[in-house]
Amino acid sequence: MTIMNREAFLEHVTANLHRPRRTNGVERPQWSIRPQDEVLKGLSKDELVDVLEEHCKVIHTNFKRTDRDGLAAILKETIEGYKAKAIVASSDSRNEDYGLHDFYQKLKDDGNEVHLWDETNGKENQAFAERADVGITFSDITLAESGTVTLFNNKYNGRSISLMPRTYIAIIPKSTIVPRMTQATKQIHEANQAGDGVASCISFVTGPSNSADIEMNLIVGVHGPVDVTYIMVED
Amino acid sequence: MLSIKLGDISYEDRVQKGVENDFMRQAVASAQGRFRSGRQNQADKWGNWEDWRTLGDEIRTHTLENIDYYLQLLSDNVSKRGGNVFFAQTAEEANHYIQNVVKEKNAKKIVKSKSMVTEEIGMNEALEEVGADVVESDLGEWILQLDEDPPSHIVAPAVHKNKEQVKETFAEKKGYHQSSKPEELAGFAREQLRQEFLSADVGVTGCNFAVAESGAVTFVTNEGNARMVTAIPDTQISVMGMERVVPTYEELDILVSLLTRAAVGQDLTSYVTSITGTCHEGESDGPEEYHLVIVDNGRSSILGTEFQSALHCIRCAACINVCPVYRHVGGHAYGSVYPGPIGAVLTPLLDGYEDHKELPYASSLCGACTEVCPVKIPLHEQLIRHREIIVEQEKKSPKSEQLAMKGFAKWGSNPAAYKMSTAMARSATKPWMKDETITNGPGPLKGWTVNRDFPAPAKQTFRSWFKERQKGGESQ
Repeated sequence: MTIMNREAFLEHVTANLHRPRRTNGVERPQWSIRPQDEVLKGLSKDELVDVLEEHCKVIHTNFKRTDRDGLAAILKETIEGYKAKAIVASSDSRNEDYGLHDFYQKLKDDGNEVHLWDETNGKENQAFAERADVGITFSDITLAESGTVTLFNNKYNGRSISLMPRTYIAIIPKSTIVPRMTQATKQIHEANQAGDGVASCISFVTGPSNSADIEMNLIVGVHGPVDVTYIMVED
Repeated sequence: MLSIKLGDISYEDRVQKGVENDFMRQAVASAQGRFRSGRQNQADKWGNWEDWRTLGDEIRTHTLENIDYYLQLLSDNVSKRGGNVFFAQTAEEANHYIQNVVKEKNAKKIVKSKSMVTEEIGMNEALEEVGADVVESDLGEWILQLDEDPPSHIVAPAVHKNKEQVKETFAEKKGYHQSSKPEELAGFAREQLRQEFLSADVGVTGCNFAVAESGAVTFVTNEGNARMVTAIPDTQISVMGMERVVPTYEELDILVSLLTRAAVGQDLTSYVTSITGTCHEGESDGPEEYHLVIVDNGRSSILGTEFQSALHCIRCAACINVCPVYRHVGGHAYGSVYPGPIGAVLTPLLDGYEDHKELPYASSLCGACTEVCPVKIPLHEQLIRHREIIVEQEKKSPKSEQLAMKGFAKWGSNPAAYKMSTAMARSATKPWMKDETITNGPGPLKGWTVNRDFPAPAKQTFRSWFKERQKGGESQ
């Protein structure tokens, strides 16, 4: 696509720096210090899960643990707790591995509306998400320190699923848990360098939406979900 | 057209208005307390906050020194991923480009997430000129837009308003008839704004950080409005100050981590959203048309000067949250889109000294701002440099100070006059004296006492005390 007015703009910038323009050959230096590597260093996956669970209290998020066999029951309980009748979920390749195809079919059979994100459906996906009671996605990378699920949004996992319904459920495979954003951004950086392409949207989601814009009172639930549950699954 | 400068009320009147606004002063003091302890708790939790600041400073220094390279890389990558990039040297150029995109789309409704740079260039007004309706979607910004009031804090824009005022605004402008409970007010805003998101023709965002290596424009938010703006409208425009670039995702990690801690004391905000160009084939949300507008508007003139590090700013407002002057006068007193210590440094650089020569004096030089800055901008030292420049080169110090200095020079260079007046000082100023201070002094003293008290002249002058001491007399 087009780039407009760049040469004049950058020549002007460079003139102020009193040196010739740099168009290549700039290397990131080795930073003198890397405090980010020290955070939660050396913790086992189980210890990281504990950190995540503890942090969920701070971010107003429900935390549940289960294994693959128990996932359907926990999901059902959570969806019922939300009194959700319309469910939108990603059509993630992991749905099959975790037995969710059968689970969603059963929900439909029980009279619920279930919509799996469908790349051939265009804007209808979003229209359904707008009226859905709950959105369900997997976490791609989970950050223990901040209680964050990372979503690589794509044609199977739309941006709206985790955003537009009043409630949101993230399924967190235990293997996706890392100490903090450092490990996630390293992975994204390396994928980008390898030419693997970057998702058109990467969403780091940390609990429900909130605001403190009225008299500094914390209001949980503004434009995004009002209530969020993380379900950690042993894998 | 509005710009970085807000309104034409004089600095003194703005300060007076702030000082007299009891609710605002109390609200600001309490907000400052909460922001400060949030930041401090986070710094304590890590235990090596200084190392993080050092890294933040290194990253920003390197990036600014090579900004031409990184902006080129960024624009190449946005373009590769389907986005258009427009480099705008001035606010007018930026607005003109954005107006054209909006006109081409025949867009009537624009939904916007919170952005300081669009305030700086006066984008909303420019879009209204071409018949488009701009809706602010950040809760605080929406309240202010309905009330036609400018923001007073860069993170908490409506911090000067109370919930009763918000309720009245909603009732008057939007027919709201529930209580002043913050949850109900926010619930109403959610309903109203959801309709605006769904019916908008174009979405506009700012940009917290743009990743050069991939072209990812990143938003750091809590409410989710930036996610709405980037998920729903088919056409999107992001506007960024040119200094917002970071080399790779690894540096994005550090700067986002510093920003959320320094700004609000959170490990991470609810949402950090990173979008690269247009949506891919088969995706049913995200923009089909994307524009990135990179704005200079005076920034490049700060490069290569002793103020270059002011461009390191990541807009966390930590300096604002510790500033004793901001605490008393509030954000509007600065008369700029950017208030507080960073505003007092940046505003004269971006918009000239002429209209903002008082700002470098809106500081006690206590240095608290410098101490908390997550990217180590020497804010109070830069304020002193501004004062030196104003006094020495620009000769634009406040009139009263110029007169006083002129008078002092004349008077101090004449030993007889100096001796006489120091000896007389105490009796001459007696009528204005109260408890050893002068509160509402006459003549040249007025310039000082209009803002603060002046200590009463001592009963004995230094010269006579020194003379006595030399003779072995008793010292006072």
